[in-house]
Amino acid sequence: MTARDWLEEIGKAILLTVVVFTYLAVVTAMLGVYLERKISGWIQARLGPKHVGPQGLLQTIADTVKLLQKEHITPRQADVLIFNAAPVLVAVAGLLDWVVIPFGRLGDRVLIVRDLNIGVLYFAAMASLTVVGILAGGWSSNNKYALLGGLRSASQMLSYEIPLAMGILWVAMVAGTLSTVGIVQAQSINRWFLFQAFPFGFLAALIFLAAATAEVNRVPFDLPEAESELVAGYFAEYTGMRFALFQLGEYAEAFAMAAMATIMFLGGWLEPSLPAWLWLGLAFVAVVVVVLLIASPHMDAVDVPPPAPGSTTESVLESAPAGGPAQSPDYRIPHYDCTLMVAIARSSKPDARGPMPGG
Amino acid sequence: MPEARCPGGELGAFIILSLVTLIPAVVVVTSGNIVRSALSLIPTFLGVTGLYILLHAEFVAGIQILIYAGAITVLILFVIMLTQGGSGVRIRQINEQVPLGAMAAVWLGFLILLVVFRTPWQIDATSVPQYNVSSVGTAFLTDYMLIFEVTSLVLLVSLIGAIIIARREE
Repeated sequence: MTARDWLEEIGKAILLTVVVFTYLAVVTAMLGVYLERKISGWIQARLGPKHVGPQGLLQTIADTVKLLQKEHITPRQADVLIFNAAPVLVAVAGLLDWVVIPFGRLGDRVLIVRDLNIGVLYFAAMASLTVVGILAGGWSSNNKYALLGGLRSASQMLSYEIPLAMGILWVAMVAGTLSTVGIVQAQSINRWFLFQAFPFGFLAALIFLAAATAEVNRVPFDLPEAESELVAGYFAEYTGMRFALFQLGEYAEAFAMAAMATIMFLGGWLEPSLPAWLWLGLAFVAVVVVVLLIASPHMDAVDVPPPAPGSTTESVLESAPAGGPAQSPDYRIPHYDCTLMVAIARSSKPDARGPMPGG
Repeated sequence: MPEARCPGGELGAFIILSLVTLIPAVVVVTSGNIVRSALSLIPTFLGVTGLYILLHAEFVAGIQILIYAGAITVLILFVIMLTQGGSGVRIRQINEQVPLGAMAAVWLGFLILLVVFRTPWQIDATSVPQYNVSSVGTAFLTDYMLIFEVTSLVLLVSLIGAIIIARREE
């Protein structure tokens, strides 16, 4: 490569980063949040955001401006460097996911930042980097709830990475390539991979969908940020724009997973190779799935039994997992959390410092 | 059209990546906070990934991020955070055996330098192998079949062992 090539590459990289970041911030984060609030509002027979702009369209922009103005609060005992780096890491990992995602065609060119020959592998690798940011954020906040959220998130994301990779591997084997553009082109020759090798395509898609939902901590798998038990999970201590960066990273990854599912199983930018009625039915099923995913947080009831009079928190936590859910079948705190919480509660006596950074 | 190559760009990238690899590596072995040590592994692994990409070994680079930065570091962090008192304690990474360690380090450095200067390196750029995923797969399933299978067996054994140990506790 000549010196001019290097400069050109660096310039292109910066320009495309700005474009993709703007897209992510505006489309995925702002529109995604707006849609989520609106749809869950409709499900619960209320209106959702309504007052800022027509039909509340500008509500998320107002929220973003508000978040930008907020003070950055760093807890006194937090590990400042890691605390500040964690949201950036999550956002950057979410952003990097989009390098290999093709948006369609413009003439002869495929609209993609870079068609890597290890496309889907790169995607899985970037998705796995998010865990580090979440774990670092949860630990450095020096808050028990944040730490618990971070640990839950790490164990969940690590576990579901393997089924995610299985779903991706199936597609890579059928397509004979790891490049995302190559996968779409392979589907233009054959048919959609969803219908390839009949039951297996469905199976792979289902596994990928479930694992992807777990990877982005969305609703059936939202234990890491279960609001009723863990305040907000790993980002409990974050304020202002750092909190927004966590959210941005999460939405970017959620949308990237959806885009990846479309590329791998639904033919990417190709027109549907199906009869129109089936296409319509499929779209409907997709909407239902999305709606169900969004709806379920408002339906599952978490019922933590009130502590018996005179008992301490520790005794409640210790008795609950051992004796089983005696008072309520909906007791949702997993066993390891309880033992962990007790351990943390014991270790944080005034003389012994608990899970906090020294300094 | 043959173009004049610009070694400066590649050299610059190499120097930056080396710094990204080496500075956190020093933090790993000197930091008094064990979580910081573990987290510093990540930029180190990412720097090594960059070096792999400079060498056109994209597949290894992807695996490096997926396994080392994404999984192994997280496992280390997880273990540290679950260990009571492990993460809040300020530890010393240096003990009284500094002279011995320094001698070993100097000796190792000398050996590495010896190897670097004695080996006839191939600098000719035309001989870069066609390094892609399918050739890795072909090599695994033809020339290195036995090693590949034995490795998978070892992994399976460790997996079963982990399950048995975990079950015994219940």
